Order: sequence, then C-alpha cells, then structure tokens
Amino acid sequence: MTNHTLTADGLRKRYGDVPALDGFDLSVPAGVIHGLLGPNGAGKTTAVMALATLIDLDGGSASVAGFDVRTQARQVRRRIGLVGQHAAVDEILGGRQNLVMFGRLYGLNSADARVRADQLLDTFDLTDAADRAVSTYSGGMRRRLDIAAGLILTPAVLFLDEPTTGLDPRARNEVWTAVREISGRGTTVLLTTQYLDEADQLADRISVMNHGRIIASGPPDALKRQVGGDRVSVTVPLREPLASIAQRMSVAVGAPPAIDTDTRTITFEVGTGVVAIAEIVRALDELGVTPEDLMLRRPTLDEVFLTLTDKEVAR
Amino acid sequence: MTTLRAGWVITQRDLAHWVRQPWAPIFGLLFSIMLLLVFGFLFGGAISVPGGGDYITFLLPGMLALSMMFGVETTATAMANDARKGITDRFRSMPIGSASVALGRVGADMANSAVELLVLILGGLLIGWRISGDPASAALAVLLLLLLRFAVLWIGIFLGLTFRGEGATVAVQVLVWPIGFLSTAIVSAETMPGWLGALAAWNPLSATASAARQLFGNPTGVTEGPLVDGAVWLAVGWPLLLTAVFVPLSARAYRRLRH
Repeated sequence: MTNHTLTADGLRKRYGDVPALDGFDLSVPAGVIHGLLGPNGAGKTTAVMALATLIDLDGGSASVAGFDVRTQARQVRRRIGLVGQHAAVDEILGGRQNLVMFGRLYGLNSADARVRADQLLDTFDLTDAADRAVSTYSGGMRRRLDIAAGLILTPAVLFLDEPTTGLDPRARNEVWTAVREISGRGTTVLLTTQYLDEADQLADRISVMNHGRIIASGPPDALKRQVGGDRVSVTVPLREPLASIAQRMSVAVGAPPAIDTDTRTITFEVGTGVVAIAEIVRALDELGVTPEDLMLRRPTLDEVFLTLTDKEVAR
Repeated sequence: MTTLRAGWVITQRDLAHWVRQPWAPIFGLLFSIMLLLVFGFLFGGAISVPGGGDYITFLLPGMLALSMMFGVETTATAMANDARKGITDRFRSMPIGSASVALGRVGADMANSAVELLVLILGGLLIGWRISGDPASAALAVLLLLLLRFAVLWIGIFLGLTFRGEGATVAVQVLVWPIGFLSTAIVSAETMPGWLGALAAWNPLSATASAARQLFGNPTGVTEGPLVDGAVWLAVGWPLLLTAVFVPLSARAYRRLRH
C-alpha cells in the first residue's frame, strides 16, 4: 500500500438509475503512467472527478498522495493537477496570464507565479505565443497550456481526462511527448482514453473499464496477449473460393479464421504479426491466390472489449 | 491561500479581460446610453410624469436602476460559461476556499457596474439631468443602486450555476426585459392600469428607482402607495431579502456541482 500513490476501493456513484461507478477499484504505484481505457459512458470521467475530489461518492474509499479524497480534499488538491476534457483555460487572456493566474490561485506570490509560468511556457514550447490571446492558439497549443496549468505545483498525481480527443495526429504527438516528459520528472499520471493505441503508447499499465468498474488490468503487452495479439486480414478476389482458402490458410497459420463474406475478408488472430504474415504469404503463394489486400493490425478497442466482456460473462 | 485572496485573483482575471477586449464593456455601456437616449428623447416627449417634473430628470435614476438590474445577465452568462468550459472545475480542483469563485465574480461585476454607473451619471449630466439633493443623499442613492446590483449578482450566480446551457443564458437575457419594464424605472406606475401599477410598485427595481429619485431630488412620479414614504426602506429591504435568499441558493448550487 505504501508506495501506491493512488488507490480506490469499491467506489460507487449513481446518477439517477445509472451506476456511473459500480465497485471501481484501482491502485497505481508512484511514478507510473496508468491508462484507464474504456468506451464513452464507461465511467472514466466520473472516476477521475471522484479521485480529484470534485464529486461526492455514494460509497467506497479512495486516497491520493496519502490523503483521503473524501475527508482531506484540501490536502489532495494541493498535490494534484486536473486536466479535464475541455481545455479549461481562459481564452481571452494570454497563455502567460493564464498560468500566472492559476499559479497565484495555487498560493504562489506574483513574482514566483511569473517565474513558474515562464518555466512552464518554455517546457511546453509556448514561449513565442505567451502573450497572444489563447483564442488564437491551435488545438494542440491549447491542450499543452491546459496541461501546463495542471503542473504548476509539480503535482504528485496528474489526471488527464482524454487529453487527445479531438486533436489532429500532430497535436496528439505533441501531447504524448509532454506526458512522457511529465512522467519522467516523477509525477504519477492517470490518463483516460478511448484509444487502445494511445494507452499502448503511453501507459506502463492499463486498466480496462466498462459499466463503472475495471474489467481487466495489466501491462499493455499482457493485456494484448489476453485479447489475442495482432490481426492479419486477407481480402480474397471474387472469383476465388473463400471458404476453402480460409480453411487451408488456417492450417498454415494455426489459428481459426474469422470470415466476412460481404467484404470477402479472412481475419486471423496471430501471436506475432510479422512472423505470421510470412506464413500467410507463403500459404497464399502455394494456393496460387493473389490477395486484393493484406493487412496487419492491432486489435481494435472494440475487439478488446468484446473479448474482455465475453470473458467476464463466462466467469 | 485565503478565500478572499483567491477571490481577488479571480476578480483580476475579469479586469484583465477589459484590457484584452475593451469592446465588450464599451458596447455594454453604449447600449445603456442608447436606451437612455431612446427613452429620454425619442419616447420622452410623449410621456408625462404624474406629480409633475421634467421627464429626463425623472428617467435617469430609473435608467441607473435598470442597468443595475440588467447586470444579472452579465453575471449569469459569465458563471454559466465558466462552468460549461470546465474552468469552474479547474478552480474546484485547486486548494482554494469554496466561496472564492463566487467572490471573484462579485468583485469583477461590482467593479464593472460601478464604472457603468459613473459613465451613465456623467452622460445624464451632459443631457440635462441635475442632482438637486444634498451630497450625502446623492451618495446614499448611489449606494442603494449598487446594493441592488449586489443582490441581482447573487441571482445571476445562482442562475448561471444552475442552468448552464446556452439556451438558459438567452432566457435570462430575454426575461429581464418584462421585469425591467414592469416597474417604475421608465414610466410611473400611476399611468398603468390599476392591477399592473400595483404589481410594478412592488417590483424591487421600482423601490430602488424611486428611492434614487427621492435622494437625488428628482421628480418621483409617485403620489400614492408604499413608495411615497417607504421607497428608501424598500430599496434597502428588497435587495437584502433577495441576497438572503440567493446567497444560500448559490452556495447550494455550487455544492450541487459535486453531484
């Protein structure tokens, strides 16, 4: 328990008849990036809001940085940064003005707040835009400023609620870089996301959330093994017999085929994609089939959920 | 971090908005001045004041009171915007007292309204309005106007925290008009049909407008009813009552953000 900087034990929260948190358990060791992965409505934001002391719980207990979120909210707030789904910065003010204001609200005097603001602007590559109104910032810049505002006191725990939703790939990469840097400086990060890819890229551990509770937890690789690793899809031309090709390839690959007759696509779950793809190409070659398309991909979030929720039902 | 200091930081944020976007408050002022001119000159010639007196001199204290009451929409809009954009949540995640956010709003809006009041008073003097009362009474009139603003501020905070959608903001902007007109701010209640006049006389806005008229030494348009002798007391009592009701409601609405 001692080196867990964030623990949640059986958190419950209902909105009317809908349980947003339904026995939510989590423990995050200090210094890691923990990904909380789940679809819309899984309860990710509610979990973050509860851990950040912003909502009342109906049950359960949680502590952040050694303090109880229900009874020691003040102490918790001094040790966390919250970056919500909206870029919660003042759009009329400039970036520096925003950071100085938030710094002063965290208790810094004006001079210290200005020094800290300049450091953060520098860290997040916003110095050139520091005095421009935030309304002129790009989505990525705004997000970075938003994250910077959560880091004024170098928090023990930073909550990032879907930090890249709505950003273009370039801005997303900027945010990822920033998150890695924050983690490198010792801050524990709890990051919610809808994208398996994002959790995979950033997180040391991932918890998958559905219907208000965690349904699976572990390092990204272990979790991916649980859902069956990479997928290889082969699209077969119209004139070729789909079923018999699938049958014979399945023998070569050593995995059962998933056949989509509409798109004429055969998909296999494979262990290591690159090895499997060589076998598949060889099998196709022996069959004398030229595929229309051949694709190697990671399991999608949908597949992760289907697999995990199936397992949950089976248990 | 004391609650008061955090409130002041949040107030300064709004004051910085004036510097960044001076047009927003300036248009607000121009709107008030336009209303003054429309009623003073365009409609004024057709309006007579019961009990006698010049209409511009009658109108100006009413306009001052009206602009204080219209402040409710500024407050409600600002509160709703911050809540919608997640800024309120960010404030709530910080180690500051829970009253800081409201206090910051109070500071900013009172400063805003004090400037507005000053500009309207100067504008009024330019178009022929005169203060005939003694300076102490005139100062009391200004305080009563600000007291009304203070009271509607809490209504605005309550509305902004409770109804955070953009539609609700528009509703507030529309609804202030009938409440504003159903008062003695622009015309005397005694020119209205009996029941409507009675309603208007009991409007808190009418109390402040009539009290300001009396204290500035302007024609009041009041010859009967509670406003003859009781205007100043009502102008103290109404805002205090509204504040006593809406401060706890605002506190409750703020706490309900935790639900």
